[in-house]
Amino acid sequence: MEIRNLIHYFFNGRVFLDTLPQLGQGLWVTVQIAFLSISMGFVLGLALAVIRVAVKRITNVWPIRLLNLPIAFYVDALRSIPPLVTLVVVYYALPYLGIYILRFWAAVLTFAVVLSAFAEEIFRAGIESIGREQAEAARSLGLSYLQMMHYVIIPQGFRVAIPPLTSRTIAVTKDVSLASVIGVADLLKEARAAQAFLANPTPLISAALLFTLVFLPLVRISMYLEKRLAK
Amino acid sequence: MDALIRNFFNVEVMYKARILLWIGLKVTLQLSAVSLVLAILVGLLLASLRNLHNKVLNALIIAYVDLFRALPTIVLFMLVYFALPYLGVCMPPFWAAVLTLTVNGAAYFEEIFRAGIESIEKGQTEAAKALGLNFSQTMRHVILPQAVRVVLPPATSNSLELIKTTVLASVIALPELLKQAQQAHGLFANPTPLVEAALIFLLLLWPLVRLTGYLEKKFG
Repeated sequence: MEIRNLIHYFFNGRVFLDTLPQLGQGLWVTVQIAFLSISMGFVLGLALAVIRVAVKRITNVWPIRLLNLPIAFYVDALRSIPPLVTLVVVYYALPYLGIYILRFWAAVLTFAVVLSAFAEEIFRAGIESIGREQAEAARSLGLSYLQMMHYVIIPQGFRVAIPPLTSRTIAVTKDVSLASVIGVADLLKEARAAQAFLANPTPLISAALLFTLVFLPLVRISMYLEKRLAK
Repeated sequence: MDALIRNFFNVEVMYKARILLWIGLKVTLQLSAVSLVLAILVGLLLASLRNLHNKVLNALIIAYVDLFRALPTIVLFMLVYFALPYLGVCMPPFWAAVLTLTVNGAAYFEEIFRAGIESIEKGQTEAAKALGLNFSQTMRHVILPQAVRVVLPPATSNSLELIKTTVLASVIALPELLKQAQQAHGLFANPTPLVEAALIFLLLLWPLVRLTGYLEKKFG
């Protein structure tokens, strides 16, 4: 392994500059998928968590409690099945049932539902960490159930939820590069295309560096949040 | 409903694809077992080395951990399998996958084991030293047994993630469960094997998901 080879193949300045615009386009697609699936995943996860806690708290009647079973199954299934398998099923298997989804939206949908499963667990733990007496106090002040959730429970539960939510969001955002497997032109796909076209793996190294530049600060922030909450 | 059964739960296709998927499952289990053991060992080694409090060594380990926590695993798979050969480093897919999962998993395990080691007071190390125990004896008899309680919940959850990550080896053409299911899907023009693969993962990992939740509640 010569040093000249290393520079020519891994850190080739000309290849790097030539492929940078293409990689930039890919990065933009990655960012779009990440943004859409994070926002959809959070909203869906929060809604599921609120429903699950509400059903559990409002009633002891078991037929109504059974409503939570589908949610529990949804959460456990999406936590057990690797996201790549879910993505492949959504993109390659659903069309047989007449459900056609564009690559981009198949990726958004997959990462949104995967994140929503983890977010549901985290939000639920956050909501349940708030004592029952607070809920009772809020209700006796005349707040409706939604008002109580909005003004009392969720703001407090959110603080408990932030550290695990941050690290899980980072994990799902890193998974966005799996979209390249179904042909989405994200950063990784563009890098692979450029590598194949130029027969030089420098674009892959550039992509790895770009990912690291984006994620390193996020990883650091999540570690900091974890440490702060632990105190 | 008929279309659902014919395309997603087709018994005939399941029967035809059984050998392909069986091979895939075996490869997935082998890959999981080998990588998990190696990742835990390397993680443990790094965490122990960090306990030596050598500044240079620590900086290197921190850089390693940060890098691999920031890099998406699929990118690492591609670097190992598609970029390293340009430097003359060629590996069969199985060992490329083991290498990737090990270096990636070890970065997470190092953090988990370090938190475990740090949860034990310094006085215990000093007491162990005063009793004449050397570094490895202190680790083995004093620090590690106590750290297990702190370490077990996140280590279980991380093992689950590592096993889930083995499916990424399908992108480097390793015939693991997902790859085999995709092959069978192509061969029989029916997506039942893909659904089957998802169900196999569900059956395999659901107990681990539940165990993770239980351990987090018990020790948390």
